[in-house]
Amino acid sequence: MQGYKGYLLGATGALALGLAASSLLAQETTLTIESWRNDDLSIWQDTLIPAFEAEHPDINLEFTPTAPTEYNAALNAKLEAGSAGDLITCRPFDASLALFEQGYLAPLDDLEGMANFSDVAKSAWNTDDGATPFCVPMASVIHGFIYNADAFAELGLEEPETLEEFYALLDAIKEDGGYVPMAMGTVDQWEAATMGYQNIGPNYWMGEEGRLALISGEQSLTDEPWVAPYRELAKWGEYLGDGFEAQSYPDSQNLFTLGRAAIYPAGSWEIALFEEQADFEMGAFPPPVVNEGDTCYISDHTDIGIGMNAATDNPEAARTFLNWVASPEFASLYSNALPGFFALSNEPVSLENDLAQEFVSWREECESTIRSTYAILSRGTPNLENETWNASANVINGTETPEDAAARLQDGLASWYEPQQGE
Amino acid sequence: MTSGVGEPLKRARRWHIAVFLAPAVLIYTAIMIVPLFATLFLALFQRVEGQQIFVGIANFATLFGDPRWAASFWNALWNNTWFFIVHMLVQNPIGILLAAILSNPSLRLRGFYRTAIFIPTILSFVIVGFVWKLILSPLWGVAPSMLDAIGLRHLFSPWLGQEGSALTALALISVWQFVGIPMMLIYAALLSIPDEVIEAAECDGLTGFKQFWKIQLPLVLPTVGIVGILTFVGNFNAFDLVYVSQGAQAGPNYATDLLGTFLYRTFFGFQLQLGDRNMGATIASVMFFIILAGVSIYLFLIQTRLRRYQF
Repeated sequence: MQGYKGYLLGATGALALGLAASSLLAQETTLTIESWRNDDLSIWQDTLIPAFEAEHPDINLEFTPTAPTEYNAALNAKLEAGSAGDLITCRPFDASLALFEQGYLAPLDDLEGMANFSDVAKSAWNTDDGATPFCVPMASVIHGFIYNADAFAELGLEEPETLEEFYALLDAIKEDGGYVPMAMGTVDQWEAATMGYQNIGPNYWMGEEGRLALISGEQSLTDEPWVAPYRELAKWGEYLGDGFEAQSYPDSQNLFTLGRAAIYPAGSWEIALFEEQADFEMGAFPPPVVNEGDTCYISDHTDIGIGMNAATDNPEAARTFLNWVASPEFASLYSNALPGFFALSNEPVSLENDLAQEFVSWREECESTIRSTYAILSRGTPNLENETWNASANVINGTETPEDAAARLQDGLASWYEPQQGE
Repeated sequence: MTSGVGEPLKRARRWHIAVFLAPAVLIYTAIMIVPLFATLFLALFQRVEGQQIFVGIANFATLFGDPRWAASFWNALWNNTWFFIVHMLVQNPIGILLAAILSNPSLRLRGFYRTAIFIPTILSFVIVGFVWKLILSPLWGVAPSMLDAIGLRHLFSPWLGQEGSALTALALISVWQFVGIPMMLIYAALLSIPDEVIEAAECDGLTGFKQFWKIQLPLVLPTVGIVGILTFVGNFNAFDLVYVSQGAQAGPNYATDLLGTFLYRTFFGFQLQLGDRNMGATIASVMFFIILAGVSIYLFLIQTRLRRYQF
């Protein structure tokens, strides 16, 4: 009796072991993805992961996001302890650069998929000399102006192309009096800088050309291309809503989605929210150029990327995944799932959301650049990005002249940034 | 036995004193004194190539000597002083006045008024900041439409967004929130004045406002002093209201920047600005010294001269 039972147990045990071993042999690598994009959990689980696993049945993906505010600290702690995931979602610019310099992120200069990206797209996750990228760019946000198409139709207005047309348009809306011409406030400051200065600026400083010249010290913030956008902002005040000085960012959003304002200086991340809240047709136009026929430049600001943990046990599988992220297939899936966040690969993507499609189509007509203050120039104190918030708000409020604001920013930058200290 | 008289009694060791004091001393040391000294200590270091290096008072020299740091600091200090002045001129007189009215026995519904005026004090800054932002909002606020209803719309302006008025507006919001505290403290002091004193005054023909001015106010002056010093400490530590309603950049154009928001931006960083713990600690130390100086002036110069009455 006893012996028989023992035999049976042994046999089942052997069977179980055999099964386990065979499943181990057939596969199977699991890659863990670190991210701060809590909001995207369902997109990853329902769309992106199944699509990838269908092509690569031997690789399992696990998406494990942390809260955005805790991400940097949590990730650093995990990397130090050696318990971080195989794939790491990268914040743009200095935060990820620091991880690369500490050896936590693997260099990706030999990843085939990197060829699908332009230099601008890679600029947020590159060494300062531009030689070694360490994250695959995933998405960017594009600046422009969203407008109330019903209001435009009612007033018989058209999208402006040049600066002159832009002001004629604003004057016409103002004269009619039924709509606030533009919905923007200055009390939160960042709207003025991000949707104001960084939105229209690239047309004046010629996108990347000016941005790189500023970094190398060939241009300064008091040069005409950098002061001119402030001169335009100074004119905006009269077209904004009553009491715009105390109007906050949510106020501006509501003013537009409630149909009380005609134009909203925007970032493409607004698209999903606006589509949900506004019950009128919307359209979008890129920042107007100075003279008809000028090349247009848009701020196509890199926001999110993904890299490989240098200490991963499965570098091959991780590289396979990163190549997939760099592929047009991922670009199309991701951009459609998240309208307003545009994949960065060179291959044009077609989007189902019309407004998002409009924004992304500007990449064909215009030259892309990123926000001028984000790379390198905001490493010191006073911080150029934060001071730009302040200066843009002051200029729109009319409490500082464009020239004074530019001179103050230049002084601040030159106080710590060597290439700007020449002469 | 016989020699017992001249022999000194052996004192019992009073262990219980140490035992009972220990929890308070330990907790207070751990969460107040150690962090305070750690902050003062941190202010003497600076990060150089990843290492904390002792730099003596170099951080203080930067704070007061570098034109940019100094401008930010003096701006924040002046704003803070103005914030304090508004409280002293508006909050405390109104608090005393309300307490005097409340202590009038012929006033009905005293309990209701007392509670209603005190309630904002227990609200969170987040709620107060948000509610007042809405009230004063030029788009959906009650303030512009109420002024409109009585034909005074032209008096409205976006106060929180203008350099000239933002800080005063915030100070008045803070006054609205905290006026209950001086009211309560002074109300309690007024109640402790014996009836005989009041009756004697009435026999001498002192009534109404004169009575308040000559009898009650002098008797509650020590409490008014305490209220003043509480206001001082509270105001120079203020941060929350500005942070909630204007953000850490304390706009417009740093017009509402207090020492607290300046410290926050420096210590923790903001947006693309990375935090600088050492400079942050330097500002925190200066704030500590300012408050210490203010409290010392009160303790040694004012409180000792206040006359107290025992009943």
